[in-house]
Amino acid sequence: MGSITLDHVQKSFGGVTVIPDVSLDIKDGEFVVFVGPSGCGKSTLLRLIAGLEDVSGGKISIDGEDITKTAPAQRKLSMVFQSYALYPHMSVRGNIAFPLKMEKAPKEKIEESVANAAAILNLTDYLDRKPRQLSGGQRQRVAIGRAIVRQPKAFLFDEPLSNLDAALRVNMRLEISELHKKLNTTMIYVTHDQVEAMTMADKIVVLNAGNIEQVGSPIELYTRPSNLFVAGFIGSPKMNFISGEKARSQGAATIGVRPEHLQLNRESGMLTGTVGVAEHLGSDTFVHVNVEGVGQVTARLPGDMPVSHGETVHLTPQEGRIYKFDEKGLAI
Amino acid sequence: MATLHTQTAARFMMAPAVLLLLAWMLVPLSMTLWFSFQRYNLLMPGMEYFTGFENYRYFFSNPSFWAALFNTLYLVGGVLIITLAGGTLLALLLDQPIFGQGIVRLLVIAPFFVMPTVSALVWKNMLMHPVNGFFAWLARVFGFQPVDWLAQLPLVSIIIIVAWQWLPFATLIILTALQSLDEDQREAASLDGAGPFSMFFYITLPHLARAITVVMLIETIFLLSVFAEILVTTNGGPGTSTTNLTFLIYIQSLLQFDVGLASAGGIVAVILANIVAIFLLRIVGRNLEA
Repeated sequence: MGSITLDHVQKSFGGVTVIPDVSLDIKDGEFVVFVGPSGCGKSTLLRLIAGLEDVSGGKISIDGEDITKTAPAQRKLSMVFQSYALYPHMSVRGNIAFPLKMEKAPKEKIEESVANAAAILNLTDYLDRKPRQLSGGQRQRVAIGRAIVRQPKAFLFDEPLSNLDAALRVNMRLEISELHKKLNTTMIYVTHDQVEAMTMADKIVVLNAGNIEQVGSPIELYTRPSNLFVAGFIGSPKMNFISGEKARSQGAATIGVRPEHLQLNRESGMLTGTVGVAEHLGSDTFVHVNVEGVGQVTARLPGDMPVSHGETVHLTPQEGRIYKFDEKGLAI
Repeated sequence: MATLHTQTAARFMMAPAVLLLLAWMLVPLSMTLWFSFQRYNLLMPGMEYFTGFENYRYFFSNPSFWAALFNTLYLVGGVLIITLAGGTLLALLLDQPIFGQGIVRLLVIAPFFVMPTVSALVWKNMLMHPVNGFFAWLARVFGFQPVDWLAQLPLVSIIIIVAWQWLPFATLIILTALQSLDEDQREAASLDGAGPFSMFFYITLPHLARAITVVMLIETIFLLSVFAEILVTTNGGPGTSTTNLTFLIYIQSLLQFDVGLASAGGIVAVILANIVAIFLLRIVGRNLEA
């Protein structure tokens, strides 16, 4: 079991309020991703749940039990740190066994749990090595191993993949998702990378300046962003925003069109401009078009589209794929 | 850059330093070695002659020698234990965020800046004096017989004085090591359920191992040659109870004017220091491997 409830949680450091007021429900077994730009308070929120910081107000409960004042170790949560925070003088075995040793678990049980965790994470051959003899991905797995042996109510991940190279990151992303399917334990995952959020989450929580902007499934956030911030943050490349005359004609203060919903035309269209840079990725082509009075508009086109620098092109959004926002930036 | 040219240049550049070091070290050492084989007493000028290992035989058969050797080892060992244990505890305390942290740290470091003769005299006359000393006053307040520290517990007193001087050094080095401990590691350990004691023994102490090793090596080098504190307090006495090797050599060369015998003692001290160093590096040296 591992349902977590945040009830009007507040946090300030001295006079600086980092989290004004956050309420959130996380169901048992859910994979929840906190996503937002750096400094939005997502890590702080995670640390509040872990108990590494005291809340300034509000209540946190796990399975209905108020744990706001409970010590971190008694919350039965495991955390994987961005820096992995492995104990450098202990072997991999020692690292993974440490939480059980602290619980004073019997020797056989420790042995068994460590062997189990190592098997799940492909670490069996490395059990007697020291962390410094491991690669980044292996260290990451040791950190996860240390988290799973305790059989926690929930896992907390604090940007666990940001120290890995791109290829390894994709790999570990899959591994963590698989681990979640296998263990079926609640996971809370903090990242600033919206791709990680989209690919892994059951539920995404978009944070901005300590406030929850929107909560929903990845597809929900993609198709129905509730405001400008979420619309701009979710999706890659970013959504194009157009304000002014063209937006007003649609009955909105700002309209947004995702690059993948723009069609390129050589004769006529809603937006006319010259091609700045065309990025050919093979599968797709990202074309950055400078539109007079609007600015740069990005369009995602098929890979075989022949466009070149300086060309004049016309772009038209697909029917029904225009997002409209009012003056306050809320979706209409 | 490891071409022949740069190597030659490097050697050329290093030559002055190496030569100076050689002159500074090798000349006195070889002269000491030479004198140690001479019958050479300043009270009998012009009567020097080669005497082989005679000086060494005298030095080893001198009953003061064994006393001095053990006093040296007790002194080094005692001070090391006090400064390392005390230094670790003090560093743990100083690492806590407290009001007036800067001033407290400065005060803790202060004893290191007091010269050995001064601090030994302060201890002798103001703290350990059986009549006027603070400890004597304290004992009388509670109705006890005051302890005449330097007469009744001479070696212990010297150990206390020297430890007081070296405690700041140990504290300082261990404190900086403590502050380099990764905060994430502490947080991870606290999530893993480590209490304060487990945290100290499983996380903090292993992290400090290297700093403690360095303190131990540096202190040993200096503690083998403690001299001023003994000279101004007990003068090696009562009897030979606070005579260490350095002080024994001083007695022989500058009080008995027997340069040959003192030189032999000096060579013995050098060999002893090397044995201790090898011994120490063997046990703790692996901590220094990166």
